[in-house]
Amino acid sequence: MTLNILLAGFGGQGILFAGKVMAYAGMMEGKEISWLPSYGPEMRGGTANCSVCISDDKIGSPLVTNPDVLIAMNLPSLEKFENEVVPGGIIIVDSSIIHKKVERSDIKVIYLDATSVAEENGLKGSANMVLLGRMFKETSFCSYENLEAGLRKSVPAKKANLVDGNLKAIALGMES
Amino acid sequence: MGEKVLMKGNEAIAEAAIAAGCRHFFGYPITPQTEVAAYMSKRMPKVDGVYLQAESEVASINMVLGAGAAGVRAMTSTSSPGVSLMSEGISYMAGSDVPALIVNVQRGGPGLGGIQPSQADYFQATRSTGHGDFHLLVFAPSTVQETVDMISDAFDLADKYRMPAMILSDGMLGQMMEPVVLPEPKDTVQDKPWAAKGHNNEREHNVINSLYIQPQTLEDLVKRRYEKYDYIKENEQRAEEYLVDDAEIVIVAYGASARVSRSAVDKARADGIKVGLIRPITLWPFPTKAIDKAAGHAKTFLSVEMSMGQMVDDVRLVVSGRAPVEFYGRTGGMIPTPKEVYEQIVRMNGGDN
Repeated sequence: MTLNILLAGFGGQGILFAGKVMAYAGMMEGKEISWLPSYGPEMRGGTANCSVCISDDKIGSPLVTNPDVLIAMNLPSLEKFENEVVPGGIIIVDSSIIHKKVERSDIKVIYLDATSVAEENGLKGSANMVLLGRMFKETSFCSYENLEAGLRKSVPAKKANLVDGNLKAIALGMES
Repeated sequence: MGEKVLMKGNEAIAEAAIAAGCRHFFGYPITPQTEVAAYMSKRMPKVDGVYLQAESEVASINMVLGAGAAGVRAMTSTSSPGVSLMSEGISYMAGSDVPALIVNVQRGGPGLGGIQPSQADYFQATRSTGHGDFHLLVFAPSTVQETVDMISDAFDLADKYRMPAMILSDGMLGQMMEPVVLPEPKDTVQDKPWAAKGHNNEREHNVINSLYIQPQTLEDLVKRRYEKYDYIKENEQRAEEYLVDDAEIVIVAYGASARVSRSAVDKARADGIKVGLIRPITLWPFPTKAIDKAAGHAKTFLSVEMSMGQMVDDVRLVVSGRAPVEFYGRTGGMIPTPKEVYEQIVRMNGGDN
């Protein structure tokens, strides 16, 4: 089994961090994983994206061009990648930010008010974790224990106080 | 062995170099390798090492030359345009038999080019990274773990043969994160009797120099160096062979494009196409033996590169007319997809699968 995930949005929304948590969780689960960020001028105020592969087999190209799961956190990202998702794949849309509907009918689309849900729960800036929680619920790509372990590995020691908030945001996504 | 951690390729290069006993880093920032220097700037002071951001690549490589001449493990890292600037210093190092490590996290060229991954510096790395008759040891990792394991070998072989070594990486391998087990730090204080590190009035002073005015002296020296190169070509070739034994189509690809090609090979094998992959791990010495062996049974070869076709020349030299050698590549920072390579395989197999 291979799960190719593309996370895309604005720089600063925690796209790379959410990808890192997934990658670490996949690693804790004993899978082969890779994490590849977009880099360069497009990150300054523009779009940022991150490819994550989680697989039972050795990973070839870490660049995800046709994702099984797309997490879209802004409109340009949705427009850019909507048609690249494999048939039968999943798009999770942060509908607090993106008001457009996905046109395709051969994929599963989940609209989640991630940014609003995070803010209403005092977790401003944690929409990425809400979306991650929902993605976890949809795919069960690892056990919950490993997801939590992946989060703890991804948060630097100096910011350990942020772990609880992130876990709460993940839970909100899972309950959505 | 230590714990498995997630690390960016660039950071892993830096940590592996420190584990290999490198305590002298000189560099100048350039995308997509800047994390190497950034990591070094944090770590080197903690291990009593030297991190120095020079005023340019020209200065960096000459600092590496100086440190290497003094017998310590020294390195620099840069990306493609930076290697061009370093070429004079690298030639001086080769001409003075000074070992050191040079990392090239390649980006698209020529000129300032772009900042996305590329493999267009193959000629530069393997033919001549500067003026004169010389070679570097050139290693091409394809995973973060392999990068880490290779750094120590590159330092060891550079010391053994007294010549500069290069890790030819690219923006994809530098920027991506993969699980990696870092090597145990090793004590590499190795005696280098040739080094210019003070003679304490106990021996004649050592001279590290690349200037030889008498042509006969210089020819003799270069010829001795080429005898060493011949020994290295015979003994240090490395390549990974994947499903090559019964392959009728053999792909040759290194680094990032080998990863892409491997996925394509798996997909084509699932269709019943007899295709395999030779992945050069050393680019100089080029793994002629692996390719020569495959040329005994393969019907066609395909070199896959992130360039307009450079390594393909070396494949053709080895295959030497025994089979057609084709090329597929993307350049300018574009990464070929497994699907593109798969389509090449299907075409070479003579049809639409």
